[in-house]
Amino acid sequence: MDSNGEFLVFDHVTKRFGALTAVNDVSFSVGKGEFFSLLGPSGCGKTTLLRMLGGFERPDSGRIYLEGKDITDLAPNQRRVHTVFQNYALFPTMTIWDNIAFSLRLAKKPKAEIEERVDAMLAMIQMSEHAWKYPNQLSGGQKQRVAIARALVDRPQVLLLDEPLAALDLKLRQHMLLELDTIHDQVGITFLYVTHDQGEAMSLSDRIAVINKGKVEQLDGPAKIYEAPATRFVASFIGDTNFFSGEIVSTEGDYCTIEGEGFPAIRAYNDKQLKVGQKVDLSVRPEKIRVTLQPPPPEKGASINVYPSTVQDIVYQGVYTKYWIKSGDQRVAALKPHSRFLLDQEPITWNDEVFVWWHPDDGYMVEAQ
Amino acid sequence: MNDNKRTRFPNRAEWLVTAPSFLWLALFFAVPAVIVLAFTFHGHDASGGVGEWSLSTWRELVDPDYPAIVWNTLRISFEVTLWSIVLAVPCAYAIARMSPKWRSIVAGSIMLPFWTSFVVRVFAWKTMLHPDGWLQACYLVFLRVREWLFGWLPAFLQKALVLLGVASSGPVDPATSTILDSEAAVVLVSVYTFLPFAIMPIYTAAEKFDFSLLEAARDLGAKNFYAFRKIFIPGIRQGLVSAVLMVFIPAIGSYVIPQMLGGTDCVLIGNKIFMRAIQNRNIPHASALATLMAVSVLIPIGLSMWWKKRQDSRDRRRLEEQTARLMTSSMEGGVQ
Ligand SMILES: Nc1ncnc2c1ncn2[C@@H]1O[C@H](COP(=O)(O)OP(=O)(O)O)[C@@H](O)[C@H]1O
Ligand SMILES: [Mg+2]
Repeated sequence: MDSNGEFLVFDHVTKRFGALTAVNDVSFSVGKGEFFSLLGPSGCGKTTLLRMLGGFERPDSGRIYLEGKDITDLAPNQRRVHTVFQNYALFPTMTIWDNIAFSLRLAKKPKAEIEERVDAMLAMIQMSEHAWKYPNQLSGGQKQRVAIARALVDRPQVLLLDEPLAALDLKLRQHMLLELDTIHDQVGITFLYVTHDQGEAMSLSDRIAVINKGKVEQLDGPAKIYEAPATRFVASFIGDTNFFSGEIVSTEGDYCTIEGEGFPAIRAYNDKQLKVGQKVDLSVRPEKIRVTLQPPPPEKGASINVYPSTVQDIVYQGVYTKYWIKSGDQRVAALKPHSRFLLDQEPITWNDEVFVWWHPDDGYMVEAQ
Repeated sequence: MNDNKRTRFPNRAEWLVTAPSFLWLALFFAVPAVIVLAFTFHGHDASGGVGEWSLSTWRELVDPDYPAIVWNTLRISFEVTLWSIVLAVPCAYAIARMSPKWRSIVAGSIMLPFWTSFVVRVFAWKTMLHPDGWLQACYLVFLRVREWLFGWLPAFLQKALVLLGVASSGPVDPATSTILDSEAAVVLVSVYTFLPFAIMPIYTAAEKFDFSLLEAARDLGAKNFYAFRKIFIPGIRQGLVSAVLMVFIPAIGSYVIPQMLGGTDCVLIGNKIFMRAIQNRNIPHASALATLMAVSVLIPIGLSMWWKKRQDSRDRRRLEEQTARLMTSSMEGGVQ
C-alpha cells in the first residue's frame, strides 16, 4: 500500500460557510484499495469533505488530487467518484435494474456489457430476484445494497459512503458491516467511509481519520486510535474513558508520576518522555480498571496504582457490569465482564469499600491543551 | 405494499364524509350532463324553447364549418397546453428550489392576478395588443421570421403547415396583419390565463421531489440537463398530468378570449356554442355542440389511459422475461 499511498490526496483543504469554518486546513492521503474512514461527531465537517471530493462543493483553498490529477475544479459528472448517499437517493421512477444500469447507460456501454455487469452486481448483492421491483418496494437494508451496487457498477476510482448504515436498525447494521467488508474485499476499490459511529469505523477501516471541528485530530489504524489517542478529544470520542488531569511531578525511567487535584499520585507509562512540570490528561479505559474487595495480590508488583474507594453506582449492561466508584474526589468508571467464576467471589454492592487498581501501562497520557 | 389496497366497501363514517360531495357532483354535474345529452335529441322551436323528440338536431350538426372549428379548437388547446407546460416546468422547478420564504412569496404572486376580474384582464390585453403597441412590432417580426422559415417550401407542405397552425396562410402585410384579432393573440392570452393552473400542480409535485436525486444522478456521471430530463421530469409526472388536464380542458371550452381577441380569424367551438345558445336561441343545437366537445375531450383521455395500460402490460411482460433470464443465468453461475 505504501507505493500507492498518494492515490487520493487532500492538500490543505479549507471550506467556509459564512463565518463557520466547516473544514479547516485538512490534509491527508489515502492509499489505493484502502478502506479509509472519516470519524467524528455530527457537524464536524465529514459530509463537507465528501461533498468536495464528489464535486458538490468547492474548497475555499487547498487542492484535491486523485491518482496524481488535480480534480478540485471538476464537475461531479467529470470525476469517477461515486457516492452512496445517506438516504440512498435511489431513483424512485426506475426499477432496481435500471437504477444500477444508470451509470453504464450514461457511459454508453454496449447493451450486452450493461446486462452482464448489472446482473453480476445484482448477484453480488444477492438481489437478483428483486431486479424489477421499484425502490419503494424494498426494505432499508435492500435499498442500501442497491445504492452500493449502483455506485460500484462502473468501477469508480473511489467509493464514498456517507453514514450508509445510520438509518438501519442494530441487527441489520451489524449484518451490513460484514457485507460491506466482503464487498470491499471483492471489488478492491478504495472506500472512503464517513461515520459518527466509532464501532463501525473500528471494525471496517484500515485507517481512520478522527475529525473534530473541521480538523483532523488523529490519523491511524483502529487499534492505535483506541490504545494511543493523540488528544483528549480522541480519547473521549473513541470509546469510554476516565480522565485524570494533573502535572508530571517526577519521572523514573520509562514511567512518571502524576499529581492532580482530588486524587493521589498516579504512576503512568511515559512513552513520550514528557518532562517534569508538563500538564497532562491521563486516560484510563474502564475495562482496564479492576475493582476488588481485597487489595490486589502482592505478586502483581508494587508499582501498580491502587486506591481504596467507595462504590456509588452499579449498572448492569449485559456484557458487562459498570461500576461507578468514588476515588478521592474523582468518579471512576470500571467494567467487569460476567462469568461463572465471579459468583464464587463475594459480590460487590452499593457503598462497599473497594480497591480500584490498574497497571501503569494501561494509562495513556496526552499533553493538556 | 398492501396499504394502498383499500376495502371495497367503506364504513359508515366514510360514507357520511363523502356523501355531500357525492350529492353535489350528482346534482350539479351528472344530472345536467344527462339533461344536455337529452336536449340533443330534441328539435327547437322559434321562441327559443326545446321542441319535440327528434333527431333533427344531430342532422343539422353536419355543417361544413364544424370540422374545421373542432380541429382549430383542439389544435389551439394543444398549443396552449404545450406552451403552458413548457413555461410552467422551469418556473415550478425554480420556485421549488427557493428558500421557503421566497417560495411562498413567489407562489403567492402567481396567484395575484386572480384578485382582479378575468374580463378586466382580457380588456387590459386588448390595450397591450393595440396595433401601435410593441407587441404588434414583435408580432410582425415573428410573422416575418416564420415566412422566411417556411416560405420556400413547396405549396402542399405549406398548406399542411397552415393546417397545423405552424405557418401563416397569407403574405405578411403590416397594415392588415394585426396581432389583435389573430390566433396568436388567443394563444398568447390563453397561455397567460392558464399558466398559473399549470404551474401550481407542477410546483406541488416539484416541492415533494427529492432534489438530492439530481445530485445522485450527477454523481453517477449525468450532466445537469440529462438529470433534469431523466430524473426530475419522471419524478413530477403526476403534476404534469394534472397540469395538462387543468389547461387542456378549460382551453377547449374557452370562449371569452377568442371572442374578445380572436376576431373573425379565430372562432372556436366555445364561441359557436355561445352563438347557437344566445343569438340563435337554439338550445338543442348548442347542447349537441357541447356534447361533441365533451367527447373530443374524453377521446385523448381515453387514449392516454389505453396507452398506459398497454405500457403497463408490456412492462409486466418484460419483467417476467427478464426474471426468467436472470434465473437461468444465476443457475448457470451456480453450476460453475
Ligand atoms: N450548505 C451549507 N451552508 C451552511 N452551512 C453548512 C452547509 N453545509 C454544512 N454546513 C455546516 O458545516 C458544518 C459541517 O457540516 P457537515 O459537513 O454536514 O458535518 P457532518 O457531516 O460531520 O455532520 C455544520 O456546522 C453545518 O451546519
Ligand atoms: Mg453528515
